[in-house]
Formats: sequence, C-alpha cells, structure tokens
Amino acid sequence: MSEMQTWLVLGASSAIARAFARAAAARGADVILAGRDTEDLARTAADIAISTGRAAATISFDALDVASHASLVQRLAAVPGVLNVALMFGTMPEQAAIDADPDLALSCIASNFSGAVSILHRLAPLLEARRAGVVIGFGSVAGDRGRLKNYVYGAAKSGLHTYLAGLRNRLGRGGVHVMTVKPGFVDTAMTFGLPGLFLVASPEFVARACLDAAARRKDVLYVPWFWWGIMAVIRAIPERTFKRLSI
Amino acid sequence: MRKAALQLTGWGRGPASSLEATRPERFSEAVAAFSEPVGAHGLCLRGAGRSYGDCALNAGGDALITTRLDRILAFDAETGIVQVEPGVDFRRLLQVFLPRGFLVPVTPGTFFATIGGAVANDVHGKNHEHAGSFCQHVTELDLVLPDGSGRTVTPEDGALFRATAGGLGLTGLITRIAFRMMRVSGGGVTVHEQRANDLEAFLTAMAVSADATYSVGWIDGAAHGTRLGRGILETAEPCDDEISRHRPRELRVPVDFPGFALNPVSIGIFNETYFRRVPEAGRTRPVAWQKFLYPLDAIHDWNRIYGRRGFIQFQCVVPFETGPAALRDLLEVISGSHRASFLAVLKRMGAGRAGYLSFPMPGYTLALDFPRRPGIEELYERLTAITLDAGGRVYLAKDALLDALTFRRMYPEFAGFSEVLASIDASSRMQSDMARRLRLREAP
Repeated sequence: MSEMQTWLVLGASSAIARAFARAAAARGADVILAGRDTEDLARTAADIAISTGRAAATISFDALDVASHASLVQRLAAVPGVLNVALMFGTMPEQAAIDADPDLALSCIASNFSGAVSILHRLAPLLEARRAGVVIGFGSVAGDRGRLKNYVYGAAKSGLHTYLAGLRNRLGRGGVHVMTVKPGFVDTAMTFGLPGLFLVASPEFVARACLDAAARRKDVLYVPWFWWGIMAVIRAIPERTFKRLSI
Repeated sequence: MRKAALQLTGWGRGPASSLEATRPERFSEAVAAFSEPVGAHGLCLRGAGRSYGDCALNAGGDALITTRLDRILAFDAETGIVQVEPGVDFRRLLQVFLPRGFLVPVTPGTFFATIGGAVANDVHGKNHEHAGSFCQHVTELDLVLPDGSGRTVTPEDGALFRATAGGLGLTGLITRIAFRMMRVSGGGVTVHEQRANDLEAFLTAMAVSADATYSVGWIDGAAHGTRLGRGILETAEPCDDEISRHRPRELRVPVDFPGFALNPVSIGIFNETYFRRVPEAGRTRPVAWQKFLYPLDAIHDWNRIYGRRGFIQFQCVVPFETGPAALRDLLEVISGSHRASFLAVLKRMGAGRAGYLSFPMPGYTLALDFPRRPGIEELYERLTAITLDAGGRVYLAKDALLDALTFRRMYPEFAGFSEVLASIDASSRMQSDMARRLRLREAP
C-alpha cells in the first residue's frame, strides 16, 4: 500500500467518524470530512492536520439532498491515489416518536438507507474505474432482526446491509473491498442518555477496529466482536417466540 | 439536545449527585445546549470529572459535559501558542506535542484532566514556584456568558479574566483556550531523590533546592514522634538526553476495594517501603516526562482502592512564615488520627496566580487523602482551622467539606469574583453543588 491513501468520511461530525478520521490520518492517510456542519468539520480538520500532519479537507454533504450527490462525486474524481470511503451517517429517532409521526419513519429510511444508496451508487463507478480502495459502510446490529423497540431504524439498516452485500459482490470483482460494520452500543451522541445500554464501546475503539478489519479485508464486522454472539442468539429465536418478546 | 439522567461524583467518589446532563459534540450544539432554559438549580459545567469534590456536580440541576469538545484548533510553532477546545486533555497534548519538542508549561498530576478544567481551577504543578499557575500562561479565552453572548477575554481585560481563571466554570462556557506551550529539548527529566528524616530536614532540603525547576515532596502522613514529617524530596531538571519513550505499563483497578483494605497496618507497610526505596545517600536517574509528571495515571481508576464510600482529599497552602509550625500541627493531627492513607504531597508554592479564587500563595502546600469514614468531617474541620489560623487556605478543586464562612475568610478576593458574577449572571444561572455549599452566588 505504497500509493497515497485518502479516506472520504461521509457523516464526519459524529463521534465515531471523528475518531475514525483521526485514526486513519494517524496511520498516514489524508482525509476528506463530508457533512452538513462544515463549520464544525473545519475544527476537526484543523485538529487532524495539527496532530497528524496529514491533509484534512472538508466538503459539504447532505445525505437527504440526493440531487447534490452527483456533483460531489464529480469533485471527488480529482482525488489522487487511492480513494477509500467510510459511510458513517445515520439518524436514530426513537420508535415511540416514529409511531406518533409516521413521516419520521420516511426520513429515517431516507437518511439511513436511500441517502446511503444514493451516494454509494454514484461513487461505485468511480471506485470501479480506479480498481482500488475500501468502502466501509456502517450498518447496525439493530438491522439483524426486527425488534419492537427499534424496527424502522432496524429495517433501514437491514436494507443497507443487503445493499452493501450486493455492492461487495459487484466491486469485489474490480479490486474494491466493501466491509459492512455492525456496531453494538457505542458511547456517542446517538446513545447518550438512553436507558438499558451495556458493554458500551468507545468511539476510538470502534474506529481502530474498523481500520484493522478493513486492512484484513473482513466482509462483515461486529464491533465489539461479542455482538456477533449476541446477535446469533437473537437471530436464532423462532419468530413464534420472538414476536412476544420486547427486547 | 437529549439529556441524560446521570448519577455523578467527583474523583473522590462518595455520595452521588443526580443531574440532567448534555454532552455536546459540536461547537454549535455546545452553544445551543448551554443556552437551553434551566430550572432552579441552574447549570454546571463539567470536564473529565477529575476535581475531587463537588465543584463539577449539580444535584437536581443540569450539567454540560465538555469532554467531546476535544479539538486542537490551531498551533503556532513560532510562538508555541496552541488553541484548543475545552475538552482537550493533557494526555492528548502530551501525545501530540512532546514529539515536536513542546510541553504544557503547567500541568496537574493527572493527564486525564481537561484544559477547560485546568482554567476553571487555575491548576498548578510541581513547578509552581517558578512557572506559576496554568492561567498565567493563557493568552486568550473565548467565553459564552450566562446570557448567551460571546466574548473573547484576555488577561488584560482584568475583572472578567480574573473571575474566569479559577472561577470553577461559573462565568460561563469556555469554547476556546489559547495558551503558550514550553519548548523542551529532550525526553524527560533528571530526577534526584533524597530522604528527609523529619519535617525540619524536609523544609531545609526544600529551601536549599528552591531553584530546582521541578520540586515535589512525598511525605509519610502516618509517621509520628521523631519521624513526624519524614519523606522523600524529589527535584528534577529537564534533560537533553533522549529517554526511551516506551509507554509505561498501564494497570487498572478492576473492582472497588473492600473498606478494610486500607488500614493503619497496610498503609504503614506501604509508606515504610516507599521511604526505603530511596537509598539513604539519595539517587539520581533519568525519568521520561510522562512517568515524571503523571505517575498515578499508570493506574487507571485508582480512586477505587478507597471503595464505594470514596475519599476526601485535603489540600492546603500555608504561608512560609507561619508554615513550619502549622505543618507540624497539621501532621500531628493527621498522624494522631490514624486515618491518613498513602503518601501525602508537600511542595513549595510561589506567588503565581491568575484569578480571584486561585489557590496559590507563597508558602507550603500539603495534600493528603483520607478514606471517607464517619468522623472525617471533624478531622477536616480541625485541619482547616489550623490552616486558617496560619493565614492559609484550602484548594477548591479538592474540597468537598469546607463551610461558607471559612471559605470567605480564606479567599479575601471573593468580593471581586462576586461582583463580576453579579454583573454577568444576575439570575444565578450558573450553579453547582459547591456553589451552593460555599454560597458562591450570595453576597460576600
């Protein structure tokens, strides 16, 4: 991997994305921080440039503004070396709020699924043409089974898992690796203050795990690893029983 | 922003305060969270929670936790001035800047503390006599005042800067701190350790080596009689040598120790061993910066050795003139109580201070931990009485037990602080458990 590496971080304002961008730059890559709050991203970019000496740029990106995605991809075509993509945005409205306002279900799907597909599908030809790079897509353990407490968010992430699996199949033929990440509980703004969390991982831990696993070309990463076991159990429960549980 | 119902304590643990906290991750979120309406118990600011007592707690009220506002915003290698958000901690600054030959000029004994917290407590280090307090190196602060308006404050601004430096977060949310880093050429310090067999020998040794850049004494709080005040004086000078920077091994205290684990016998054995570690003739050796500045950080969660009930740290400073007699009185009360835990710290302080409520004054500062057990309040009261009689004061970053009246007698510049607070926050929006206990939002 002597060629210059660049990581495009989509949804770079989140705590995991910030930790990921820092870790990627610390390992020698340049970073492009994409998100809505570019003023705040500039602060993170300054931090990364000062602490690692790598180039850190910001770029305006809104997952919901799909009309803007094509021009964004055009601009990225100019990035030299290997372009890697970390898709880390998403929203997690509470299920009760969605039940009270079905429009929230649509916006949840739009940001977690449609927006993700929109940007990745436009990036795919670019990556294919370059015949190199890694795509990391953030799904969720919530996408492994429809649960009472979180099933719209879960459904959107489940859709993303399926999309990423297909994209892995497609891009893998052209030398581009796609990794699906399914994080368990991570200490972020998304989970801060939620009841019932356990074994919460730090954003820095998740970031390092992603980079390590991507270097090993892992296909699907549960992080922390034991979530693989937890979800294996949850997936194994027969629907007849599962439909009565409120986990 | 979503608020989390949390039960928090200071680093000394003990009874928890229930509060509603936000933990913004972006600048705009921080300003918005800071400006949200609050209840009767107001809002308190909290960093890494490394102050020992209740200055970053707010039972029944709100708290804004700054740890995720953690970006280094700018660095000028010419001037050494770095600009950071308040949640950046000393560990990160060490990791980023030491390899480039820059070190924070003043640091507390833990690198898990945030820079915002360092400003709010105007912290000092083992080099206070020469380097002064942290805020004396600050060149500029961005502050969001309690009314939501933004302000850039410099030391030349006078009152508002002096109220913010050491102001326990009560003047508002600091969003940017600019301060000057110090150039260092090597990987660490040359440390000289020598034994002092009693208090008089200790004070003499400290006076003799008063020119040393860094100076800190470890004192055996359990020693009594002819050994009263014995300990080890550690002085250090930055050295140009490359000292291996391999990361010190990190340990973690995995569980709360049971209450009986610390008793006069186990502590006596520990202190004796620690004292005898240094040969009678003394010794000199090179030590890496991290190990020298932050020895306790190699043991994560060390506060758990005190069990669930936690501990109280007493830290006072007494003037040089009255100091020797006051220290003797303090140590006699302490050793007679059979409550002192491990090593205590004895250091000289200089005059450097930047705020109305800054702790330092020229003299001796003594710090000890006591397990929080019944009777600790009486002991603390006796120690504060001796301190007050000697013209000294206790350190608010450590304090959990002082009363409002004694506080006012120890901090004569409180009136100045009070006046600033009244002008920027008439409705007492900024609060904390400490602010209520010491009646910081009431008339001087």
